[in-house]
Amino acid sequence: MSETHAQTAAYVRDTMIPEQAPPGSEFGAIHWLRSNLFSGWLNTLLTVLSLGAVWWLIVHIGPWFGNAIWNANSLSECRAILDGREGACFGVIKDRWHQLLFGFYPGHLYWRPVLALVLMLAALAPVLFTGVPRQMLWFTALYPGVAYWLLWGGSVWFPIAALAGFAVGYAAYLLLARVSTLIGTIAAFLAPVLWWLFASQAVADALQSVIPLGIQPVRSDLFGGFMLSIIIGVTGIALSLPLGILLALGRKSDMLLVKTICVGFIEFIRGVPLITLLFTASLLLNYFLPPGTSFDIILRVIIMVTLFAAAYMAEVIRGGLAALPRGQYEAADALGLDYWKAQRLIIMPQALKVAIPGIVNTFIGLFKDTTLVVFIGLLDPIGLSNAIRADNAWNGIYWELFGFIGLMFFIFCFGMSRYSMYLERKLKTDHR
Amino acid sequence: MLVYDTRYRSLTIQVVFLFLFMAGAAWLIDNTLQNLARLGKDFSFNFLWSRAGYDINQRFVEYDSGMTHGRAMLVGLLNTLFVAALACVTATVIGVLAGVARLSTNWIVGRLMTVYVEGFRNVPLLLWILVIFAVMTEAMPQPSAFRGDEPAASMLLFDSVAITNRGTYIPEPLFARSLGDIYVGLFYISLDLVAVIAVFIASLLGNRVLLRHAERVQNETGVRPRTWWKSVLILFVPLLILLSALGFHLRYPELRGFNFQDGIFMRNSLMALWLALSLYTGAFIAENVRAGILAISRGQTEAAFALGMRPRRTMRLVILPQALRVIIPPLISQYLNITKNTSLALAVGYMDLRSTLGGITINQTGRELEGMMLMMLVYLVISLLISLAMNIYNRSVRLKER
Amino acid sequence: MSELTIDREIDPRHMHVTDEVAIGISGMNKWYGAFHVLRDIDMIVHRGERIVICGPSGSGKSTLIRCINRLEEHQTGQIVVDGTELTSDLKNIDKVRSEVGMVFQHFNLFPHLTILENCTLAPIWVRKTPKKEAEEIAMHFLHKVKIPEQALKFPGQLSGGQQQRVAIARALCMKPRIMLFDEPTSALDPEMIKEVLDTMIGLAEEGMTMLCVTHEMGFAQAVANRVVFMDQGQIVEQNAPEEFFNNPQSERTRLFLSQILGH
Repeated sequence: MSETHAQTAAYVRDTMIPEQAPPGSEFGAIHWLRSNLFSGWLNTLLTVLSLGAVWWLIVHIGPWFGNAIWNANSLSECRAILDGREGACFGVIKDRWHQLLFGFYPGHLYWRPVLALVLMLAALAPVLFTGVPRQMLWFTALYPGVAYWLLWGGSVWFPIAALAGFAVGYAAYLLLARVSTLIGTIAAFLAPVLWWLFASQAVADALQSVIPLGIQPVRSDLFGGFMLSIIIGVTGIALSLPLGILLALGRKSDMLLVKTICVGFIEFIRGVPLITLLFTASLLLNYFLPPGTSFDIILRVIIMVTLFAAAYMAEVIRGGLAALPRGQYEAADALGLDYWKAQRLIIMPQALKVAIPGIVNTFIGLFKDTTLVVFIGLLDPIGLSNAIRADNAWNGIYWELFGFIGLMFFIFCFGMSRYSMYLERKLKTDHR
Repeated sequence: MLVYDTRYRSLTIQVVFLFLFMAGAAWLIDNTLQNLARLGKDFSFNFLWSRAGYDINQRFVEYDSGMTHGRAMLVGLLNTLFVAALACVTATVIGVLAGVARLSTNWIVGRLMTVYVEGFRNVPLLLWILVIFAVMTEAMPQPSAFRGDEPAASMLLFDSVAITNRGTYIPEPLFARSLGDIYVGLFYISLDLVAVIAVFIASLLGNRVLLRHAERVQNETGVRPRTWWKSVLILFVPLLILLSALGFHLRYPELRGFNFQDGIFMRNSLMALWLALSLYTGAFIAENVRAGILAISRGQTEAAFALGMRPRRTMRLVILPQALRVIIPPLISQYLNITKNTSLALAVGYMDLRSTLGGITINQTGRELEGMMLMMLVYLVISLLISLAMNIYNRSVRLKER
Repeated sequence: MSELTIDREIDPRHMHVTDEVAIGISGMNKWYGAFHVLRDIDMIVHRGERIVICGPSGSGKSTLIRCINRLEEHQTGQIVVDGTELTSDLKNIDKVRSEVGMVFQHFNLFPHLTILENCTLAPIWVRKTPKKEAEEIAMHFLHKVKIPEQALKFPGQLSGGQQQRVAIARALCMKPRIMLFDEPTSALDPEMIKEVLDTMIGLAEEGMTMLCVTHEMGFAQAVANRVVFMDQGQIVEQNAPEEFFNNPQSERTRLFLSQILGH
């Protein structure tokens, strides 16, 4: 081994080298431009083409926005003001924004849907943000009744009686669980169903005649616009969650019959377009129910949308369950928990937490799909734009309406997807 | 008790479940029969053989208003499959390009693609269909604008394609020495088309033989012979020979009278549906492609580089095979979505399965229950076929693990 | 840290080192954006030398060896490998990469190819070796790392230790003259570390020039000619193993060694 090379012999550094700035050509704006936009001929060509495309767009669409008219009461008025120039007629937005948002809901009652929306955010907070105190979950459980009452009005006893069904179910479970858990579970399902079918309306009417307490009712066919989309979307997702959990568990089950039925249901729903299910809601659901029953159209749509969302939700939850290590199931078994306790206390909380980004994505998809109710005559924003265009004053206006509707959807969906990405990042670090 | 004995527990629960399920089904069916009886309807599919009485403006097989509802349903089904296939192809092309472009180091291109993807993904498909349809009917010139010495509008691609506010006219392929058509029971099949497809498949097989030979040479000597020009010859020359033998030429659309004549007319509803489906689904496919490529860890590229492999070869031999495994299953789901989303065609008047069977036929005959069930069955069969294809693909390329 | 008992008569550290310079680094600096990750590196590696580079995390040791086969680019200074200077010229980079083999912490085997295909991929496509010959070379090196029977399995079917040995064989199939190891045993379960270290010691005994970033100090004491300690992107101390471990000169080295050797 040679001893004479300075850099190979024993060496100790006495002073550490301080940090230095990188050489100028490697750092700063020029370097960034060179490496990102102009590195190589292909990149340069692409940059030039892209800039050209952006310029073309600005030149063609800019004037349309620049000359926009906000204060006009009809399309012809707009055209008169513009006097031959290209310009947007946003007067239709200013004139009809409340219709696009609320449909034909009575104007003096707008505070009710707005309050319902604010309360919805409060009800969602404990689910979406882990920092919120857990007691808020009671409010989340009560919220459906509150929202129903605010939106549709009527007697306050009706939603209270409906919510009481859950209490009846819980009471039945407590009473009969002492006999056997299985009978208790079955009773917990059957009792509320019987209550809702036979007793709740009668009880509500009785209470109403004793203590009349209600607000002005609003008919379903006045609902429309974004309010309708949000109602259908949120209700669909919220109701589909328990059903989706059951379907996911059933699909994972070892019992052949249960598994087959669940798989069959999920594959059927995922194989047909939503529009056919909506048609079923409007035309066919009446066939399947006892003669004489007739449901509100929005309720029928919500039922079908719930079934639709449940199938997709089942797949998302299945992914969440798969992310759980097998050790969790084994630990639950070793502690002596039975199937349902293990699910409730250990498996589901973890699986749902992991599945929340997927659930939010399903919700975004469902929210966009609510526009399809225009095909069965409900007045979602697109249906409303048709109605607005039918008015003489606004006959023939297209872009401004589409632009507004598209922008509202974009803001909502983009916001939700950003939130879902934030959640995914947070969960990834949590779950290391 | 039977429920607590672990040997019989699952059996007991299943029996109870089956009982409840049958009871529920019986209740539903009973209600249905009662309601049908009340309305004086019966449950039969005979309407499929009765006269349709309405016209369909876009069709691939012979049809007129005197034919049966069943035939109308067939026309609708073919229309659905046609626009779905077109949209799948263009959506894939757009999606792959956009996904790869989003990963580009060029900042402007990356941002533009992000704008495209996020913009299209967050707005409902129905709105896009209506917007694009409005663009085509409102913003495109009338046929008469193409006329005269100083036309306000001109045709594209060397005067071969005309985009008007009623539709797009493209050249029609014609064969001077055509082989004729044969009748296959339901409709006619052009023998020229059969010949073209046969020759193309033969060329593909020939190309495969060429590549296999090249691989053999490489295994023996280590040097891979240059095959690209041979591939080009094999793929294109037989086709060109066939086309010229059959007397292939294009008949260009010409402005005669108030409208364009000759050429193939693709109406606005088809174009709007096709473009909207392609751009919308393309955005989702772009995200799938991007996620697939990002899913392959950087270590794979680094290991290949450390071994001395060049970037293009690394992409072809190491990254792409792994990325395709991640990209293709969601891609097939998107194809399924495209097929289901064609049912929005009614919004623009395109006569797909839903518009014929689920629209006019149901309205005319009042057979909502049977019609809906038949329509759901058809869509279900199509989706199950596509899912089957995906499962077969997944199983064949699954990475072997412990 | 694992204990290695070496019972050999000849001290492998004094074998095979020549005067020929394999790697020469002078005045090398590297920045990640504005962060100065490697500062003024001067280093010479002779052919046949075995060098272990150690240091706290973030000291730039992985970045240093990744600069040697151009997986990272340096901004100032010079790196010469086997007489070829590393610049942006693709031909130089290709030449260097064919002489230098690398083994990664996370193995980075190609999961869609069999073990044999993993090893023959580069010889077939880079050196244009015929397939049969490439397979013979691959089986030779798989025998050397003692897992010839796994040749037709897929990486997912092997244990971590086996995968890392395959990674070593894959690098060796290109007949490199220098081998770089980037924390090769850090991702392995303790019972598999020995089999990989034994393989590396076998390589050292045959005279391979090796640069190894590792925390396995037993390996350093057994096989290395020189231990280099890096901190904050610069070489702080380097010495022969006995002096380095028994008589560290710098305060930082003493601190680092107390943390590593303490348990």
